Amino acid sequence: MSSVSDWEATSNPVKENRAGNIGKAVDRYEGPLKVTGTAPYAYEVEPPSPPAYGVLLSASIAHGRISNVDTAAAEASPGVHLVWTYKNVPAQGPRPARYDFFTPSPRPALESERVHFFGQQVAIVVADTLENAQAAAALVKLSFETEPQSVIFHDHFDEAVQPPGESDTEIGDFEAAFAAAPVKIDDNWRTPLQNHCQMEPCATTAWWEGEQLTVHTSVQMVRFAQSSLAETLMIPHKSVRLLTRYVGGGFGGKGSFYEDLVLASLAARELGRPVKVAFSRQQMMHGTVHRPATEVRVRLGATAEGKLTAMSLMTTTHCDRRGNFTEHASNFARSLYAAPNRLTGHQLVRLDLPVASAMRAPGEASGTLSLEVAMDELAEKLGMDPVELRILNEPPTDPETGKPFSIRQLVRCMREGAQLFGWDRRNPKPGQVRQGRWLIGFGMAAAIRGNFLLPAKCSFTVDAEGVITVKQGMTDIGTGTYTVLAQIAAETLGVPLGDVRVEIGDSELPPAPGSGGQFGAATAGSAALDAGMNLRKAIAEIAVADLASPLFGGPSEDITFQDGVIAISNRSERLSDLIRRNRPEGLTAEGEIRPAADAGKWSSHTYGAHYVEVAVDTVTGEVRTRRMLGVFAAGRILNWKTARSQLTGGMIWGVGSALTEGNSVDPHYGSLINQDLAGYLVPVQADIGEIEAIMLDEVDDKANPMGIKGVGELGISGAGAAVANAIYNACGARVRDYPITPDKLLAALEAL
Amino acid sequence: MRPFTFERATSTQAAVKSAAEIPNSKFIAGGTNLLDLMKLEIEHPAHLIDVGRLPLAGIEDTSEGGLRIGAMATNSHVAAHAQVRSRYPVLTQAIVAGGSGQLRNKATTGGNLMQRTRCVYFYDSTKPCNKRQPGSGCGALEGLNRNSAIFGASHACIATHPSDMAIALAALDAKVETLSPSGQVRSFAATELHRLPGETPDIETHLIPGELITAVVLPPPPKGGQVYRKVRDRASYAAGLASVAIAGGNVALGCVAHKPWRAEKAEAALASGSSSAEAIAAELSEASNNGRNRFKIDLIARLVPVAIAQANGSQI
Repeated sequence: MSSVSDWEATSNPVKENRAGNIGKAVDRYEGPLKVTGTAPYAYEVEPPSPPAYGVLLSASIAHGRISNVDTAAAEASPGVHLVWTYKNVPAQGPRPARYDFFTPSPRPALESERVHFFGQQVAIVVADTLENAQAAAALVKLSFETEPQSVIFHDHFDEAVQPPGESDTEIGDFEAAFAAAPVKIDDNWRTPLQNHCQMEPCATTAWWEGEQLTVHTSVQMVRFAQSSLAETLMIPHKSVRLLTRYVGGGFGGKGSFYEDLVLASLAARELGRPVKVAFSRQQMMHGTVHRPATEVRVRLGATAEGKLTAMSLMTTTHCDRRGNFTEHASNFARSLYAAPNRLTGHQLVRLDLPVASAMRAPGEASGTLSLEVAMDELAEKLGMDPVELRILNEPPTDPETGKPFSIRQLVRCMREGAQLFGWDRRNPKPGQVRQGRWLIGFGMAAAIRGNFLLPAKCSFTVDAEGVITVKQGMTDIGTGTYTVLAQIAAETLGVPLGDVRVEIGDSELPPAPGSGGQFGAATAGSAALDAGMNLRKAIAEIAVADLASPLFGGPSEDITFQDGVIAISNRSERLSDLIRRNRPEGLTAEGEIRPAADAGKWSSHTYGAHYVEVAVDTVTGEVRTRRMLGVFAAGRILNWKTARSQLTGGMIWGVGSALTEGNSVDPHYGSLINQDLAGYLVPVQADIGEIEAIMLDEVDDKANPMGIKGVGELGISGAGAAVANAIYNACGARVRDYPITPDKLLAALEAL
Repeated sequence: MRPFTFERATSTQAAVKSAAEIPNSKFIAGGTNLLDLMKLEIEHPAHLIDVGRLPLAGIEDTSEGGLRIGAMATNSHVAAHAQVRSRYPVLTQAIVAGGSGQLRNKATTGGNLMQRTRCVYFYDSTKPCNKRQPGSGCGALEGLNRNSAIFGASHACIATHPSDMAIALAALDAKVETLSPSGQVRSFAATELHRLPGETPDIETHLIPGELITAVVLPPPPKGGQVYRKVRDRASYAAGLASVAIAGGNVALGCVAHKPWRAEKAEAALASGSSSAEAIAAELSEASNNGRNRFKIDLIARLVPVAIAQANGSQI
């Protein structure tokens, strides 16, 4: 197993970046297919024979049982092939006691008569056309018997328990230090339940050839879904080929998979023909997973000079009755600011709600909405600039573990952001800047998000045309995976970008964990680099052993790869010529990455600083963002364009979290009442004024062999807090119950 | 999907004749609302009559000095029309405050008036709704009713009418012209086309079965300024929380009732010299609320005086 020092000591083509492919603003590899509508998403994949179409039916109660099922009319409806409920669905592997993100296990569909949450899938109708399936679905008669339900988070705090296997983390004596602190903040912040709202709903096209199943579906984790599906169907893993070539958004919501995959597979087997199943938008809201609501109590104690002496974040959150997911909204605070006395922890309430799970920057996205506002409040109490307060509390080493930082440029992000944004023009006194009907305010917040590396494999093949094909069981969920893999391949093998093909999203390819936790580029890319280095070696060995090659005789370690040409000083030939002579069928090398044995010695994160200008209409309580600037430090950037796109996308999501987003739970029915995109408000173009993301020059040589880190989840972390702070600076009102909608802001303004 | 039949009307007379003869038929033009409702199994017409290609898309001057807007004129076309922009700016402002560019390109003037509420309980067929299923009850009454009515609501329904355009038409004293199956041409005041919910919230207008809106007729613009202000959770493509149209001394409120709400008490108070704050307070004295929509009362009280000031030339 390699060590971090190996990574630091060893140069490689990505670090050297001689052809300049790394960091460049390269257009998306699959962009033309997507914008011309020719990239086949899972539901659009054409199966080998005409498919049947499945429509799912969902429970209309939050807790209870299916008391009666009458499918006679639906079965007799034109074109109907089958109607399944728990009574007649084929046998599937048993549901394990608990799910986790990485252990494949069965996920049986239509499992029993029990209803655990509103919108749980309870039946499927499969017919020859989508229209016939929908018509028949309306004829399925399901009766439910309700049982007492607990669905309103804040009504059940008395039932909160510590998540299994967890305990609060305390350093020093928080309570004593907080009690003794001359300056204090003690407040609660609420964030609502949120939904991912991916543009592409969950969808599957499935067919069988004998005992072999092929499924095209929309998931973030190829191997996890493939293995779990096989276990659900109780067939060998190798009997399932799972493809997910194009994914129209994941954000954590497709980290697992749902009934579309299982029931399309089962129905295709039963009918002996391909089957397509997709979720509706309403089913996406209830029937997948969501980010649970949180309530975070933040207590800060500081000296009169602004040194933090005590810091605590205590989060209460919820998950489904059978689940175990915890929104770890306190965790990021363990690494952010220095304070000798610290207390963080989580409490979990189990509710009869849909399944809680990961959504973009789980933990940070919710948690920064509290601490980063509390810091703003503390700065005001101290009469300090919020940037200077943060810099004053910058820790030299990780404040909880004492580990050195792999690299930490948070202060530089804040300083450069302040300068570029014009932070010095901020009037610290709220409510002072008026433009017409609008009050203008500036706000800032720090951003932090963890860095991860997981094991992955990859293969590179060079063919007789000199074209490199990258193969990996990785996904691109809109992030830019295709593109950055192509860049790494081009740089590593010294070929033009146009001579690289990328094949991903297939369980038959070398496995990678997939997309999530902003570990995708580092994990998949590091395996790709290794495959590329191994292919270079293989090419070099062939070249120096080939009498017909000008490179014959070596030394193989001196061979350079540039513009499709391999050379030792002035002796050179085209890579394609060498391969054509020696390996006309192509030459393949594999590579892999594993976390370094000593990776745990460092505290490794990505950092940033958000600056926001908002306008507040004090008559109506409407808030509009005018300018946003994020300055980020996230290691070496592979692709300026796709990285910036992810960062600004996260920042925009932060605006949504601050101002518009959230699912309301109906207290009587236990359902999410805003269950479409007309009711669940994500920001639109008009909500976002100027927006810019700047990436500092940085290399984190301790992160992985390329010195890169992730950006997918960094942009949202802290962004909403900066908006909330700007609102306060504009109008002097604090709303600690997100989202900050006009009704809440008006109430806060009236209370001033 | 449920089977339905479809015809493309060849004339206005033929359209209303079909509608009267064929049970459970509906007109369709832009389809921006009806198709959604059909997909969600909220509307299930047996027969659709496409009126979108009838020659009713013109906008022309009237001999009275007003403007006649054909029912098939798209929202985009009306909003961009030079006469509308110069003489009825409140109408342009209201239209562009609604929907999105794509929706406005498809949506028609008649269809905009006939669109149905955005109440989330109406849209969710697992919930009771007297409008969707008469007699089933009202899920919003005790539910998450943040965006429900504060004027003219009943215990059967607290939904609001979602049109922005209709609020401006109400303030402009517009008339809605129709053709009934018997061939009769009728004319409604824009405020009298829609009904309050009462016991029958499923019956939303005074139109008789088969009656088709053929035009909206604007009288000459009233003296005085015009403005439309809409408050919403996001900057575009969002239903309003409250809106107000001012045209001279006329004040109409949106997102507050089952129909465009002409604030007659406020207008009377203004006409008798009250301040705008006093005037809207008089109107709001009869407002009711169901808890979560209480803020609308305060919001209207704040919004209307500012809108009146803006119509009168204030820069705010």
